[in-house]
Formats: sequence, structure tokens, C-alpha cells
Amino acid sequence: MEFLNDILAALASSGWRQIVGGVLCLIGGLSTIIAGVGVLRFPDFYTRLHAASVTDTLGALTLLVGMAFLAPGFLIVFKLALIGLFMTLTSPVSSHAIANAAYTAGLEPLIGRFTGKKIEEEGEA
Amino acid sequence: MLYVLGLATALTLLWLGMSGLFEPVVLSLGAISIVITLILSVRLGLKDREASPYHRIVAFILYTPYLISEIIKANFTVIKAVLKPDLDIHPTLVKVKTTCRSDLAKVIFANSITLTPGTVTVRVDDDSMLVHGLFEDGAQPEAFEDMDRRASLAGDGRSKSKPAPKAKPTEAPASETEATS
Repeated sequence: MEFLNDILAALASSGWRQIVGGVLCLIGGLSTIIAGVGVLRFPDFYTRLHAASVTDTLGALTLLVGMAFLAPGFLIVFKLALIGLFMTLTSPVSSHAIANAAYTAGLEPLIGRFTGKKIEEEGEA
Repeated sequence: MLYVLGLATALTLLWLGMSGLFEPVVLSLGAISIVITLILSVRLGLKDREASPYHRIVAFILYTPYLISEIIKANFTVIKAVLKPDLDIHPTLVKVKTTCRSDLAKVIFANSITLTPGTVTVRVDDDSMLVHGLFEDGAQPEAFEDMDRRASLAGDGRSKSKPAPKAKPTEAPASETEATS
């Protein structure tokens, strides 16, 4: 594994890794903020779940890839890859568990077109 | 036996990746703990094909680029909807037929649907799934046919060319009691 560290160190001296990693981390942070705004704006439970899943996927993955670009060694990259793998395995399961629990408990999703604050047509899917 | 070998390989890779130390003492400690883990998992009987799908790993790796591209595309749709000054969404609940047979393929398909923002699998039945979508046109049953085909290829290991029958969007039947999981 020594040669991998050497490759990464040689690439680090050129400085592009900092730029790429920083930009990716910035995109991840921005998309997480946007997802938070979406959680506040969307009308009901299920649609808010959609907004929150942006955090799970684009936010987390771009942050992890950005951190991998900034990482000093191959070991950190391996650990970040493991974190990404486990997040992609577990986050849909938890989203599904939450949605299934709400649906089983009888929470009716709002169906129909939303513009602004009004429901224009209800019950038409 | 194949299962034990696969688990040993995975555990060895995990140990080396997590520790990164190559001193004899640390390596022997790792070997001892790997052997203990193998003995325990064999004694617990966790060695069937379902619990350790190593035979599907190549097909699954081939499936991931498609999944990532779908996730990124769907993310931009949702972000656009969030940032629009006037909210313009059309939540729907659709029943999606699936051609996936094994539980593994169904899990891959349902998790792929949930991972792409804008669609969440609410319920999993035997051959259909209830999907809540943020946009009506993005959550039609036809939109999932490609993903269904690829997921069943990754999970079941065969491409079934039979097109999924068209399902009609359902209203919320909230009185249904039992949820299969």
C-alpha cells in the first residue's frame, strides 16, 4: 500500500486535488442546505421525505467524494468508501421504514397538483 | 465452503483497510479475530446463498453506474422543484409491477426506487410495489421498467424480456392493514 500513498502524495503536490475536493464538498453542503429548505417548503409528510432524501444521496455522496479527494492517504479513502457503501445500503431502508410506518398507521398522502398553497385538483392521480 | 472463503476474504480486506498496520503482532491479532468470527458465523448457521450473495457481486457492480446516474438526474429534478419560487409538484401514489423474483432482486429494486429522490417505496407486496412519487410524469409505471429490468438482471441474474403489464395509478387505500416487509 506504500505505492498508493506515494501516488496520492505526488498528486497532492500539484494542488488540483484541493480544488476538486473543495468544490465537491461545497456542492454537497449546498445540496444539503437546499434539502433542508425543501423539507420546510413541501406540504406533507411524504413529499418532505423526498426532499430529505436529497441529503442522503447527493449531499452525502458528494461530500464523501470531496473528502476522498482531500484525504492524505489511501486508508482514509478506503474508510470513506466503506461509509458510502453503508450509507447507500441503510438510508433507503430507513426511508422505506418511515414511509411504510406512516402508511400503515393510516396517514393519507396528499394527491394532486400543488402550486403555491392551493390544491387545484384533488383525488386525481 | 464458498461462503466461508468469501467471508474470510471480505474480513481480511476489511481488517487490512481499517488498520493499515503490517506488524506481526497486529496481523496475528487480526487473524485470530477473523477465525473467531468465521467459527461463530458457521455455528450460527449464517451460510446460505441468501445471506451471502457473493455470486451476484459482478452483476451488482455493473448495476451501480446506472444507479448513480439515475440518482444524480433525479436529484436535479428535486432540487429544481425545491428552488422554484412557486411550488409546483404533483404527488402521486402508483402501483409498480415488478418482474424480480428473488428477495434480493426485490430489495435491490425497492432500494433503488427509494434512493432516487422523488420516489419512495411505501409498500412491498409479492409482485408489485406501492411507490409515492413527487411528480406525476416521473412516477408512472413505465418509468420504472428500465430500472426493474436492470435490477432483476443484477439480483436474479437473467434478463426477462417480458414487458411489465401496465398498472394504473391507485388512490391511497389507507385501510389496508398488514404491510409485508
